[in-house]
Amino acid sequence: MTWLICYLTTGKHLAFYASFGTVLLLLAITAPAALAFGFAGASAARSRVAPLRWIGKTYIAIVRGVPDIAFFLFFVLALDIFFEWIRHEIKCPDWDQPIWQGNDFVVCAAAKLPLGNAPQWVHETYGFFLAVLTFAIVFGAFAANVLFGAMRAVPRAQLETAEAYGMSRRQVYWRILVPQMWIYALPGLSNLWMVLIKATPLLFLLGVEDIVYWARELGGAKTPRFTDYPHPDWRMWYFLFLLVFYLAFTRVSEIVLDRITTRLRHGQATIGGTAQRSAT
Amino acid sequence: MSCWQTITDYGLRSIGIGERLLPRDDFTICQQFTLIGSGMLWNVYFGVLALAAGFFLATALALGKASRNVVLRKISVWFIFIFRGSPLFIQFFFAYFLFLSLKPVSPIFDPFTSAWLGALVVLFFNTAAYSGEIFYGALMSVPRGDMEAADAYGMSGWPRFRRITWPTMLRLAWPAYTNEAIFLFHATTLVFFSGFPAWQQRGDALYYANYFADKTFNPFIPYPILALYFILLTLCIIAIFGAVNRRLNRHLPTGAVARLRVKLNLLR
Repeated sequence: MTWLICYLTTGKHLAFYASFGTVLLLLAITAPAALAFGFAGASAARSRVAPLRWIGKTYIAIVRGVPDIAFFLFFVLALDIFFEWIRHEIKCPDWDQPIWQGNDFVVCAAAKLPLGNAPQWVHETYGFFLAVLTFAIVFGAFAANVLFGAMRAVPRAQLETAEAYGMSRRQVYWRILVPQMWIYALPGLSNLWMVLIKATPLLFLLGVEDIVYWARELGGAKTPRFTDYPHPDWRMWYFLFLLVFYLAFTRVSEIVLDRITTRLRHGQATIGGTAQRSAT
Repeated sequence: MSCWQTITDYGLRSIGIGERLLPRDDFTICQQFTLIGSGMLWNVYFGVLALAAGFFLATALALGKASRNVVLRKISVWFIFIFRGSPLFIQFFFAYFLFLSLKPVSPIFDPFTSAWLGALVVLFFNTAAYSGEIFYGALMSVPRGDMEAADAYGMSGWPRFRRITWPTMLRLAWPAYTNEAIFLFHATTLVFFSGFPAWQQRGDALYYANYFADKTFNPFIPYPILALYFILLTLCIIAIFGAVNRRLNRHLPTGAVARLRVKLNLLR
């Protein structure tokens, strides 16, 4: 028993517990960022300016057609190349060699990201930042799709009434459409949140030291030669723990989202809203 | 080396037929198309078998969840909750290590530690849980009138289920089930990125795409190729499921049939 307590509080294990924080941090940053991307995408897709509309619609369509994991692998590399290329253009204007040398991508040393001599934490933060951006782009497309549908679900009559009151297009958009669309978007968004939670283990593939990484590391069989706490292969138990963690997390989210739905539905002219009014 | 030569060498590489070594440098577009396409065989294999087997378990789960028997209901509800509530990625890892630690117990578990069976089992359970929930929803919305009509004709028990309840349930569930099938095929790309090892570099499409991207540090060629293959696969699924949808709805007057609206891709 004492052995187990000591074992579970080794430095490596503390890092393992901290990585749960990484996952939560990722969710906390990604969810608003994806929502912002989605909002921009949806607004672009229903814009009156044709090129903007095409950009919005293409963004939604492309990301939805392809396995997401492919996007996770693709974007991290592509964004990395993109950033380095931009820095390369700015920092080394007198570079005369081509960037693509055969199959190699070469930029000048000053444009490397992060810099070759940067400390370890910069590398880790940069990796995490790329991961967050990738998640935001991919989930932004899904959110854009949901919000686009929600904007179209707001009754026309509401918008026409606003126009009849002499509101400009901008006013109609911000004062009538946006406040009313959330209730229509909520089922889709809560579904998206569940999917986002279940996508967090993919962080592991992006090279971030997340819970999957630590579970594999810590669970593996240890011999007495290298550690004070030798044990056989326990990876199964570590992953069982992760499984339980995710189950609990999704369950709690479900309950909270149900509450929010009830709250938002208040006073809405939908079946649910009417049912609520007659019940009380 | 001509492109035809490449195709004969690597076309079936993913199942171990043909050239043993993967190309190491000077990758041609043809090589990338061939190898990634060859990897698609695994995606199709996993998807088709898991979907076919999962269909029956899903029906059983839906009936179990709707059953009046407490034990059956609890089992189904928990099964669905566990597989829908946790990431497929973690399920793969857990299953792999579970099979690994069961291996010493009995040689029966030997094949389960390799992807072709172990991952298939996980995908099978996973899709059964997701489809089971879809079927349960459809089962709950089978019109009461249909059941009363069946009663009036003197049907009950098995004949009523087989001839009335089940076809109506399928008809209602079909659009959602089509989406589930598409998700499942997309989810098959996770197999070789979880615990399951790709034996002798026989991997799926994403495995090879990732191989090329890693070797060339250029994601702009292999991943679009992969995307192209998946879009084609998705179109095939939509075509097949659309045909089934038309058959399930063939007795309805035209116009009443809801067009199959396919909503692409959310990962699980």
